[in-house]
Amino acid sequence: MFSFTVRRLGALIPVLLGMAFIVFMMVRAIPGNPAQLILGQQASKEAVAAMTTKLGLDQPWHIQFFNYLGGLFTGDLGVSIKTNTPIAEEIWPYLAATIELAIIAMIIAVVIGVNAGIISAWFQNSWFDYIAMIIALIGVSMPIFWLGLMEQYIVAIHFDLLPTTGRDNIRDPVEAITNLYLLDTLLQGRFDQFIEVVRHLILPSIALATIPMAIIARMTRSSMLEVMRSDFIRTARAKGMRMFWVVYKHSFKNALIPVVTVIGLQTGLLLGGAILTETIFGWPGIGTYIYDAINYRDYPVVQSGILVIAFIFVIINLCVDLLYAAIDPRIKYK
Amino acid sequence: MAEIVNNKSPLTRQPAEDTAISPWKEGWRSFKKNKVAVIGLLIVVFFILMALFADLLAPYSYEAQKLANKHLAPSSEHWFGTDEYGRDILSRIIFGARLSLWVGFFSVAGSVIVGLVLGLLAGYYGKWVDMIISRVFDILLAFPSILLAIAIVAVLGPSLRNALIAIAIINVPTFGRLIRSRVLSVKEEEYISAAKAVGMKDGRIIFQHVLPNCLAPIIVQGTLAIASAIIECAALGFLGLGAQPPTPEWGQMLAESRAYILQAPWTVLFPGVAIMLTVLGFNLMGDGLRDALDPRMKN
Amino acid sequence: MKKTSWIVLICILALSTALAGCNSSKESSSGNGSGDVKTSGGTLIYGRGADSTQLDPAITTEGESFIVTEQIYETLVNYKKDNTEIEAGLAETWDVSDDGLTYTFHLRDGIKFHDGTDFNAEAVVKNFKRWAQSKDEAKFAYYASMFGGFEGDEGHVIKEVKAQDEHTVVFTLNRPQAPFLKNLAMSMFAIASPQALEKYGDDFTKNPVGTGPFVFKSWKPGDMIEVVKNEDYWQDGLPKLDGVKFKVIKDNSARLNSLIKGEIDLMDGLNPSDLGQVEGDSKLQLFERPSMNVGYLGFNVEKAPFDKKEVRQAISHLINKEELIKNFYEGTAEPAKNPMPPSVSGYNDEIVDYDYNVDKAKELLKTAGLENGFEMDLWAMPVARPYMPDGQKVAVAIQAALKEVNIKANIVTFDWGTYLEKVQAGEAPVFMLGWTGDNGDADNFIYTLLDKDNIGSNNYSRYSNDELHDILIQAQSNPNEKERVELYKKAQEIIHEDAPWVPIAHSKPQLAGIKEIKGFFPHPTGTQSFIDVTLGE
Repeated sequence: MFSFTVRRLGALIPVLLGMAFIVFMMVRAIPGNPAQLILGQQASKEAVAAMTTKLGLDQPWHIQFFNYLGGLFTGDLGVSIKTNTPIAEEIWPYLAATIELAIIAMIIAVVIGVNAGIISAWFQNSWFDYIAMIIALIGVSMPIFWLGLMEQYIVAIHFDLLPTTGRDNIRDPVEAITNLYLLDTLLQGRFDQFIEVVRHLILPSIALATIPMAIIARMTRSSMLEVMRSDFIRTARAKGMRMFWVVYKHSFKNALIPVVTVIGLQTGLLLGGAILTETIFGWPGIGTYIYDAINYRDYPVVQSGILVIAFIFVIINLCVDLLYAAIDPRIKYK
Repeated sequence: MAEIVNNKSPLTRQPAEDTAISPWKEGWRSFKKNKVAVIGLLIVVFFILMALFADLLAPYSYEAQKLANKHLAPSSEHWFGTDEYGRDILSRIIFGARLSLWVGFFSVAGSVIVGLVLGLLAGYYGKWVDMIISRVFDILLAFPSILLAIAIVAVLGPSLRNALIAIAIINVPTFGRLIRSRVLSVKEEEYISAAKAVGMKDGRIIFQHVLPNCLAPIIVQGTLAIASAIIECAALGFLGLGAQPPTPEWGQMLAESRAYILQAPWTVLFPGVAIMLTVLGFNLMGDGLRDALDPRMKN
Repeated sequence: MKKTSWIVLICILALSTALAGCNSSKESSSGNGSGDVKTSGGTLIYGRGADSTQLDPAITTEGESFIVTEQIYETLVNYKKDNTEIEAGLAETWDVSDDGLTYTFHLRDGIKFHDGTDFNAEAVVKNFKRWAQSKDEAKFAYYASMFGGFEGDEGHVIKEVKAQDEHTVVFTLNRPQAPFLKNLAMSMFAIASPQALEKYGDDFTKNPVGTGPFVFKSWKPGDMIEVVKNEDYWQDGLPKLDGVKFKVIKDNSARLNSLIKGEIDLMDGLNPSDLGQVEGDSKLQLFERPSMNVGYLGFNVEKAPFDKKEVRQAISHLINKEELIKNFYEGTAEPAKNPMPPSVSGYNDEIVDYDYNVDKAKELLKTAGLENGFEMDLWAMPVARPYMPDGQKVAVAIQAALKEVNIKANIVTFDWGTYLEKVQAGEAPVFMLGWTGDNGDADNFIYTLLDKDNIGSNNYSRYSNDELHDILIQAQSNPNEKERVELYKKAQEIIHEDAPWVPIAHSKPQLAGIKEIKGFFPHPTGTQSFIDVTLGE
C-alpha cells in the first residue's frame, strides 16, 4: 500500500512535466504577441519589437522552455507579463476563490446527489424516484451559463433576493487572511460578513453544482440498481424494509466505484468549468484568471496557472485511485 | 467482504449470441415499453427533423436583417420575438438545431472511437501500455476541460469546426478511462481467466467478452456525451470561440443577447430552452437505451 | 474501514501541502491610515471593466491605469474640464518664444509629493531625463511617439530641459511642435517623486507617489484599488471626497446591476442598450463623455479590389450610418463623415458625406467592373471599444448590407492583440477599427492614422498620398492656429475623395451613476480627476 502510494506520487512527475511541455507548446502556438497588448493600439512598431525582446520572447522556444522549467524547480512560477508580479505571489487569492466555490458546490453535489441516487434506487419507480430523476435529467441537461443568467435575472434582479456578482459586499469588503472568505470572516468573528459571503456564494455554487449533482445522482442510482440485483441484496430486500440500513452499507460500498470515478472527474470539471460560472457571476477565480491570461498572451500565467490546477487535480485523482483500491479489494496494488 | 457482488454465474454474463432473439431486437421491444425513453426519442427525432427540414419549417430567413424590427416581443408574427437585428428568433433556433446536432454527433463519434481503442489497450494489456495511455489521459484530464478546449480553439482559430475538434479531444479521456476501468473489473472475472487458460487469442477475448461488456456503459456515457458536447459547443459559442456570426448557433445567440436580458428577456430565454430540450432528449433516450440494452438491468 | 480513513488523511495532507505552497500571497499596500477617519466627503466606488496593469503613468499605455494615475499624479499643464484646451497645472504660467522653440514654465510654490519631498524644477528635469535618456522604446513608448523618439534620435523634439531656478523650468526644442502643450497635458507625462522613483526602482509601478489630490492606499489585484484624500493637497478644500475605490466588475450588465443595487456609485462602459434602464431609474443619472473618437470601416488600399477608389466609394454608399447608430449605439453617437471628430479644431463641416444609396453603389461597382459582386473578408473587432461598443454586431449588419450588391462578406475575427497585429501587418482587406484621440489635436488623428509615414504602424489602411503628406507635415510645425485649421480642412477633402475608410460614428461613451454625484464631468480624453466630485447630501 505504502509503496503503491509512493509509486503513484513518483508517476506524477512525468505527468506534470508532460503538462508543462504541452501547455508551453500550445500557448506558444496561439498566434499573437503579448508585447502588442501590453503597449496597446497606439504603440509603434519599434516599441513592440523592443518589448518582445525585453520579454525574452524572441529567444528560441527550447531556451524559453528550459528557463521556465529551471524556474519551476526553484519554486519560481514566473512573473506575470501583464502585472509584472511574481505569479506565486498573486495566484493564491484567485485560487482560493475558486476552491471555496468548488468545495461548496461539490459538497452540495455529493450530499444531495448521492443520497437522492440511493433513495431513488431503493424506491425504484416510486414518485420520489420519478421526481428526483426528472430533476436530475433536467439538471444534467442544463447549460450552466444559461442557468446562471436565469438565476441572476430572476432571483437577483427581478426579486432582488441575492447579490448578482462578486464574493463580498463591496462597501464592506472582507479582510483577507486565508482568502477563503467563509473561514476568514469566522476567524475575525464577523458573522455579519459571513452571512454576506454565504449570500454571495448561493447562486454561483448552485449553478456550478447542478451538473455534477445530477450526474452523481444518476450514477449512484444506476450503480445501486446494478448492485441491488445481486442475489444477496434481493434476498435482503425480500425480508423487508428493516434491512434497509444493513443493505445500504453493503450495496453502497459496491456502488461506489463508478461514483468515485465520477466525483473525481467532476472535481476537475468544477475547477476548470468554474470559468463559465465565474464569468457570469464576476467571481474572481482561477478560471477567469487563466482565461484572461490566454487572451492577453500572458504565457507565464497560463502555464503556471494550469500547472497549479493540474497539480491539485492530479492529487485528487491519486486519491480517487487509492480510494478505488480501498473500496474494491479485488484491485490489487501490482 | 464485498465478494457477494461477484457471485453471478459466468453464463449470465455471456452476451446472448446464440439465443434465438437478438438482444438488440429484444432491447427495442423493451425500449418501446419505457414511456420516458420514448419521450426522449421523440424529442430527439423532433430536433433531427427540425434540423433536416429547417429550410421548409423556418418562417423567415435566419440571417435576413430588418434593423427597424429590433427586439419585437413574441407575437403571432414572430413567435419567439426578434433579436437586435430584427431577425426572427424562431427561425434562428430552427436552423441552430442543425449545428448543435452536427457537433454533438460527430464530436462524440470521434471521442468514442479514439477513447475505445485507447481504453481497451490500456485496460487489457496493462503494464507499460496502460502506463503510457493512462499518463496521456492523466495529462489531458488534468487540464480543466473547458480551458483545454479554449486553448485548442485559440490555437486553431475560433470556428464551429474547430470547436467540434476541441470538444472531441477533451472527451477522449472520459471514454478511455471509463472503458479502462470496465475492462479492469471484467478482467478479474473467472470466465476471462478461463478463456485465457484455454488459449483464446487476445483479439477474440476482447471482441467476444470484453467489448460487449463495455457497450452498455459506452451507450450511457455516449448519450451523456452528446448532450454535454452540445452544451460545450454552446459554451464555446457563448465565450465567442465557437460559431461566428451570423451563424445561428444557440450558444452564440445567448452571447449576443446577454446584454439585452433586461430589455428583451426572450432573446436569452429561447436559445437556452432549445439547448436544454435537445440535451434532455438525448439524456432520456440514452437512459431508455441503457435499460433496454443492458441485459442485467432488466427486471 | 481503517484503511479508508488512513487514505483520506494522506489525501488531505497532500492537498494541504500543495496549497500551502502557493499561499505566499500578499496584498500590496502602502497605507497612510487615513481611510477610517470619517469626515464629510464619503468614499466613491467606481466600477469598471478591468484592473489597471500598473500605476506608473509614464509606462502605462492603457486607459484603466490612467483612470487611477490621474487621481494620484498631476501634469505641468492641464486640459480644461470638458475639452482639450490648456489651462494651468503644476505650472502656474508659461511663456513661449516667438519661434516656438523655447517654453519657460513657472511652477507653483509649496507643492509637496505624497512622500513629503518638495515638488520643484529639479523634479521636473529628473522626470524628463528619466524618459528621454532611457532609450527604452518598450518602457516609455508614449514618450517616444509623442516627442519623436529619445535623446539623440534625429526626430527628437525636446533638445533640453533645464531648471533655471527652484521654480522655473525651461524646455528648448529642436523644432517647433504645434501641439507641444497639449502633449504635456497628457496623463502619461505626469511628474512623479524622484525620491520615490529611486527608492522603489522597478516596484514604483505598484507604489505610485505623485502630487495629486488622492494618495495611493492599497491594491488588491484583479479586484480593487483604493486611493484616499491627500490631506496636504495644495488647493484648499480639495479634494472633496475622502477617497475613491476602483472596483473591477468585468461584465457591463453585471456592473449596471451592481449600480442599481447600490453596491457601487459610478460606472463606465454602460451598454448603449441599457440606457433606458438607467433613464427609467429615479435613483440614477447618466453622464455622457464628449466624443473625441472615430469608429470606422477601413480598406486596405493595397489589396484588390479595394485598390480601386470606385469600390471604396461604392461601399461607402452602402453603409447606413443612421441605422447602425440607432441599433448598436442606441443613438449615443453622431454619424461620422471625416476621420476626426467635430470637437477637434480643424474639422471640416463642409464635406458632404456619401449618402446611403444602393443604386449609386451599383453604378460605381459597374464602373469598376464588379457589377456581379465579389467575395471578401470582413474583419471585426473582438472586443468592445469606446468608439464602437460592439464591432461584431456592426460587422454583421454591414455584412447584410453588402449582400444587396452581391458582395459576400465573411466575418473574420481574432483576439484583440492578434487582431491589431495582423491588421497592422496589412493582412486584413476590410476591417473595423477606430481611434480615441490622445491630446485633442487634428495631427493625432489625420497624420497618425492616414499619413504614409505611419504605414505599418497606425495607418492600417496603408493609404499613401503625397499631396496629403506635404499638407500634414506643414501643419505639424506651423504654430499659426488659423493656417493649421485650413491645412487640415484641405486634408479632409482629399481623404473624403479617396475614401480609404468609411468613417462610421463618433461615439459618446456613456457612464451611469447615482443621483447624489455632483461635479463629475467625463473628459473627452477618457480620464478625469475626481478632485471636485461630491457625493452631496
